[in-house]
Amino acid sequence: MLGFLARRLALAVLVAFTVSAVSFVLLRASGDIALAIAGESATEADIAAIRVQYGLDRPLVVQYFEWLTNALQGDLGRSIFFNTPVMELIAERLPVTVGVGALALLFAIALSVPLGVAAAMRPNSIVDHLAMWLAVIGQAMPSFWFALLLVLTLGVWWRLLPISGTGTFQHYIMPAIALGYYATPAIMRLTRAGMIEVLQSDYIRTARAKGLRSGRILFKHALRNAVIPVVALAAVQFGFMLSGSIVIESIFALPGVGHLAWISLQRSDFTVVQGIVLMLALIYICLAVLADLFNAWLDPRIRVA
Amino acid sequence: MTHLRTKLLASATLVAAGLAAAGPALADKANDTLTVALDLEIETMNPYQNTSRMGLIAAKLMFDTLVWRNPETGEFEPMLATDWEWTDDTTLDMTIREGVTFQNGEVFDAEDAAFTLNFFGSPEANTKGMSNFEWIESAEALSPTELRINLDEPFPAALEFLAGPLAILPKDYFEEVGFDGFEEEPYGTGPYQATDIVKGETVTFVANPDYFAEGGRGAPKIGTIITRTIPDMNTQLAELMTGGVEWAWRIGKDEAEGLRGMPGLTVTDAETMRIGYLTMNAIDEDSPLSNKLVRQAISHAIDRQAIVDNLVPPGARLIPSACFPDQFGCEQDVTTYEHDPEKAKELLAEAGYPDGFEFTLDAYRDRPYAEAIIGDLAEVGITANMNYGKYAAVRDALRSGDSDMAFLTWGSNSIGDVSASTSNFFKGTADDTFNDEEVQAWLEEGDTSVDPAVREEAYSKALKKIAEEAYWVPLWTYPYTYAYSEELDFTPTSDELPHFALTGWK
Repeated sequence: MLGFLARRLALAVLVAFTVSAVSFVLLRASGDIALAIAGESATEADIAAIRVQYGLDRPLVVQYFEWLTNALQGDLGRSIFFNTPVMELIAERLPVTVGVGALALLFAIALSVPLGVAAAMRPNSIVDHLAMWLAVIGQAMPSFWFALLLVLTLGVWWRLLPISGTGTFQHYIMPAIALGYYATPAIMRLTRAGMIEVLQSDYIRTARAKGLRSGRILFKHALRNAVIPVVALAAVQFGFMLSGSIVIESIFALPGVGHLAWISLQRSDFTVVQGIVLMLALIYICLAVLADLFNAWLDPRIRVA
Repeated sequence: MTHLRTKLLASATLVAAGLAAAGPALADKANDTLTVALDLEIETMNPYQNTSRMGLIAAKLMFDTLVWRNPETGEFEPMLATDWEWTDDTTLDMTIREGVTFQNGEVFDAEDAAFTLNFFGSPEANTKGMSNFEWIESAEALSPTELRINLDEPFPAALEFLAGPLAILPKDYFEEVGFDGFEEEPYGTGPYQATDIVKGETVTFVANPDYFAEGGRGAPKIGTIITRTIPDMNTQLAELMTGGVEWAWRIGKDEAEGLRGMPGLTVTDAETMRIGYLTMNAIDEDSPLSNKLVRQAISHAIDRQAIVDNLVPPGARLIPSACFPDQFGCEQDVTTYEHDPEKAKELLAEAGYPDGFEFTLDAYRDRPYAEAIIGDLAEVGITANMNYGKYAAVRDALRSGDSDMAFLTWGSNSIGDVSASTSNFFKGTADDTFNDEEVQAWLEEGDTSVDPAVREEAYSKALKKIAEEAYWVPLWTYPYTYAYSEELDFTPTSDELPHFALTGWK
């Protein structure tokens, strides 16, 4: 088990390095960064001054190693546009993104697990088809369209929820629904498939034969077994939600990491983009490692991989 | 701002549906609070670390400049300086207003002005817009009420810069707290003080009760102004409709149609100083565009009026010259090219391209306009392939000579002088893709003479030649559409800056 863990961690570190190096190079290939920093109305002199100021005239490898050395000490550099350390910027905005992501995941699970169970109990019935239909709409509908629909109905027509910004718990409800709905079909189908398989197994038949109530069978015995792969999927979906929250954060004016990444990318605020890419990669890698570990703990066959 | 077709459809539907059900926007006149929607956040409180318009808006609220350019008359009026005089061509002596204090109580005098101009113009301050300071050699406080600015060489647009980006910061306070401290707690002499800064979301500006009422803008009329960062246009509209905000700008054409006629809201279109233009690479001799007849043909081929009528928001006007029409020196009596596809084909044949030719058009914004232009060129046999990318990439390509033609815009930093527009592109710098020495010489003369008549004459000659050679295809001015509460007395100005300090309730 330890050997497995060590191998996974080594791989994770390698992936992190590669991601940072590749993004570093790609960012600089996307156009003259000095020009992007100086702004649209800059003169040639402005741009030349900035090139020297930010060390953009040095070789790429030198720039990368300087960044790497600092990053390993926790210093991700300074944002060009915000005039604040990148670490601080990310620390300020991460709670919003994680909050919306967590709430979205909770919503997705709260919606899809019951749907999956209901569908599994009566396979190929109307309930099953309805549940599937509801879930698939979530994946088919563009998230921004759904978000606008929510804004229109819950915000403008019925004035039930605040439309944008943060501040109260209510501000997070619409974003969570819009973001979470997208993950619903995957979780629902996995739950449904798992439940169907488990419900046909011998130990469930035994439980029924023993005379246990069907509710107890469902939750204590069947669901607990069926939901194992769902947990692994949820971990990865959470990573997806963190990185995919750009659109939702823009629409609901949530100052999170997603929106920060978007505007920084547009303006070639390369220190911020670099920092966010690294951070998101690390989070994703952690979640994947955790999911791997969880599965390996359950199924020893995976440990030799 | 680019929108997918589906997004356009979505927003149109949203607005239409919203109209059906929503009531009038509520004004916060009762709380004397104006909430304003901005699509980008105010990144920094320090005007010299800022490159965006949002930061400029905040700076205008928090700080004052030495001189005030009246947006209605265009005249320079006293602000932090009550009087000024050119002692000689390269020395500007200014009398500093007495009795002004910064919002933290520190007394304002010439020392603060000298400090601001010297320190932020020096390399150690890492100022983003260094070119704003280039014309200043040094600034001295001869006494608490006398400021002397020394120039390297004559610079007629000096007052423009003193009225525009050069906001005055407090010397003692800044030296005490430094950049980071100032970022968290900024103080200026301006009509509003930033009291509550929630990064990325809102900034609250409270009216400065001790603001000097004489000169410049007068006392602030609204008690509190809150800026809210709302990146998505549809969300801004939703907030406008439900009273979450009372003011928004840069509203797209389709969304604006839905808002007009909605009760409780005023929708206005106003021009800005931003101009759109096509610039061509005339140096590369292998390119057809180095031939004047070809450039003239292109000028005749494009139906600018049709684009303005159908695509550009209302309020835009066609421009004949390579500058914004109201800028000082912007000669309007130049060669113009009527939309005439037949004439264009004739000129192309004369130039040796009877069957047209192929090239690449680089653009970074307003894709529909670029596509319309490409369509017009196709009608005369010219195939233009669109290369749509980021601003930095397009400007790069132009400078390195890789671009044939680019569709760009220029805001002149809201400076009303041809030296801030034409001179930027035709004076032999990296942005000059024409290498016309005559034009360069005339522009140099205009930029460095102090006599307005001499300047006008020089600029006129330069602009006439530019139009005659068809180096640019000057297109149109960019208007903005504003939507705000009916109870707000707001006047849009062409400097692309909403003057909230001048705004009041009706």
